[in-house]
Amino acid sequence: MARVILQNVWKRFGDAEIVKDFSLEVPDKEFCVLVGPSGCGKSTTLRMVAGLEEVTAGDIIIGDRRVNDLPPKDRDIAMVFQNYALYPHMTVYENMAFGLKLKKFSDPEISMRVKEAAEILGIAHLLDRKPKQLSGGQRQRVAVGRAIVRKPKVFLFDEPLSNLDAKLRVQMRAELKKMHERLQSTIIYVTHDQTEAMTMGDRICIMKDGSIQQVDNPLSVYEKPDNRFVGGFIGSPPMNFMEAEVIVRGEECFLNEGMFEIAVRRRYKDNVMPYVNKKLILGIRPEDIHDKLSFTLNLKEGNVMSGMVDVVEPLGSEIFLHVNTGKNEIICRVDAHSKVQPNNIIELVVDTRKIHLFEAETGCSILQ
Amino acid sequence: MTLYHIMKIKKYVNHAILYSLLILFGITMVFPFLWMLSTSLKDPSQVFTASLQLIPDPIVWKNYAEAWEAIPFGRFYMNSVAVALAVTLGQVLTSSMAAYAFSRLKFPGRDSIFLGYLATMMIPGMVVTIPVFILLKSLGWLDSYKALILPGVFSAYGTFMLRQFFMTLPADLEDAAKIDGCSLWRIYWQIILPLSKPALSTLAMFTFLGNWQSFFWPLVVTSSESMKTLPIGLSYFQDIYTTEWTLLMAGSIIVLVPALLVFILNQKFITQGIALTGLKG
Repeated sequence: MARVILQNVWKRFGDAEIVKDFSLEVPDKEFCVLVGPSGCGKSTTLRMVAGLEEVTAGDIIIGDRRVNDLPPKDRDIAMVFQNYALYPHMTVYENMAFGLKLKKFSDPEISMRVKEAAEILGIAHLLDRKPKQLSGGQRQRVAVGRAIVRKPKVFLFDEPLSNLDAKLRVQMRAELKKMHERLQSTIIYVTHDQTEAMTMGDRICIMKDGSIQQVDNPLSVYEKPDNRFVGGFIGSPPMNFMEAEVIVRGEECFLNEGMFEIAVRRRYKDNVMPYVNKKLILGIRPEDIHDKLSFTLNLKEGNVMSGMVDVVEPLGSEIFLHVNTGKNEIICRVDAHSKVQPNNIIELVVDTRKIHLFEAETGCSILQ
Repeated sequence: MTLYHIMKIKKYVNHAILYSLLILFGITMVFPFLWMLSTSLKDPSQVFTASLQLIPDPIVWKNYAEAWEAIPFGRFYMNSVAVALAVTLGQVLTSSMAAYAFSRLKFPGRDSIFLGYLATMMIPGMVVTIPVFILLKSLGWLDSYKALILPGVFSAYGTFMLRQFFMTLPADLEDAAKIDGCSLWRIYWQIILPLSKPALSTLAMFTFLGNWQSFFWPLVVTSSESMKTLPIGLSYFQDIYTTEWTLLMAGSIIVLVPALLVFILNQKFITQGIALTGLKG
């Protein structure tokens, strides 16, 4: 097991900068998730750690060794690919044993390791089959098994669950997490799915356009996004954003959206004061906007907005409403038994403790 | 009559027309072969009779024995097999190695080199016959197996076809192999080649059949009897004044059999191969 350090890593293809000044330290035994929209450079970063892409500038360190110039096989890593990348002409056993054979392990040792991994993954009865005789989930397990048998210092996962159906994905998510606890290995896991990132990672590294936006544990990322992008990317349905002007009346400070106003809490006042009479981006998560009828907390006049319900999305456990405030279309979460219908006018209350504020130009959070 | 019935009748009529056409074309294709077989079993006096007699009377089996005796068939057979096999093996090996480099390895100028290589396909074979002949002559290789085999071992067509096929193999497989610790050679040998069996078989078959019936090149570069191949042997039955049709046909049948066997045994691959070269090429 080992830590992985990326120091000021750059990757350019011609003029295109795919990864820009990427610095990240993944401590030993951590499950670190790289997440971002497609094309953000997360897979390229992973491939650089694997040694499948050359590093344009910067250092990659695995354990205590700088591995920039080492070929993949000498980096002591194992990688699981999105489309499994099993060798179609080999059986499951041969697929898992292939790397060990190349490393000149003895046959009994190979057999022991393959069987052990197959037991862990519940694929012991499939060892004689060819990949095309397996279901998607089974293939994924074999791909993971091929990684496990190598007992590498670091596991690299490149969107391993993307090709599975939704149900299987949830199941495999839990299994991979269990595997991590059992093997106590360092894992770098790439995904575009924020749910996977939130549920699996010890820490999440959010990327956009080749740069890191924020690195933190899932809860912190969710509750304290560093910028507008992170706020919008993490969470489903996404955070609502609206432009709001900062207004001071007497001792109090307000955010005016145009159609409604909300009061700024005293503890945020210092952060907001420099922006008086300027625009800020107000971010509110769907679950922090409540139906006024069912909101029982101490209610301050002025934190209420009203709007017309456009769409009602019942999920059984809750209902998402798409509401038009007159200026913005927002999504809010209400109780599963709410009787709201489309085209109703609804009054909504904002939980002002949970608001997020971002600079209009840079998108940076001003509440940090 | 309901619409359903009309549709059904229409379908039958369509099929009838289609099948009659196909049968007609089938007969046109097969007839020369049957005629060849028939002639090979005729008495020389019956070859040019006016009646269209497909089954000869009497059946003259000894044509085959005579044809076999008339020219050194054994030696020619051996030459043909050796040359066709060597060219096939060589071409599959060099083409697949070149195709791997052109499709998978990154090196400066790769695509321009490939284009240049492809461009050689546009030059008719006849045009290079004399330069190659002169080259072989100055090397002192004329009238040898080297002259029969080596020029055929390198093929832009084979390289092109295999390159197109290799490009359809997922790149992740190669990445996985690299992480497993494969060298480039091992990726080629243990991953790419086993996965390309259909394409390799197709190329092998085309090359083998092409060489088996090759007449012009062996005629140009060989002079001694012991170096000649079967198609040249067949031409012995034909000279300026007389042609021994029955023997020529019997000889042709003897020559045809191995090619036919190769074809029948690999029919699946050939149709696949044509689809491959047609669609992906």
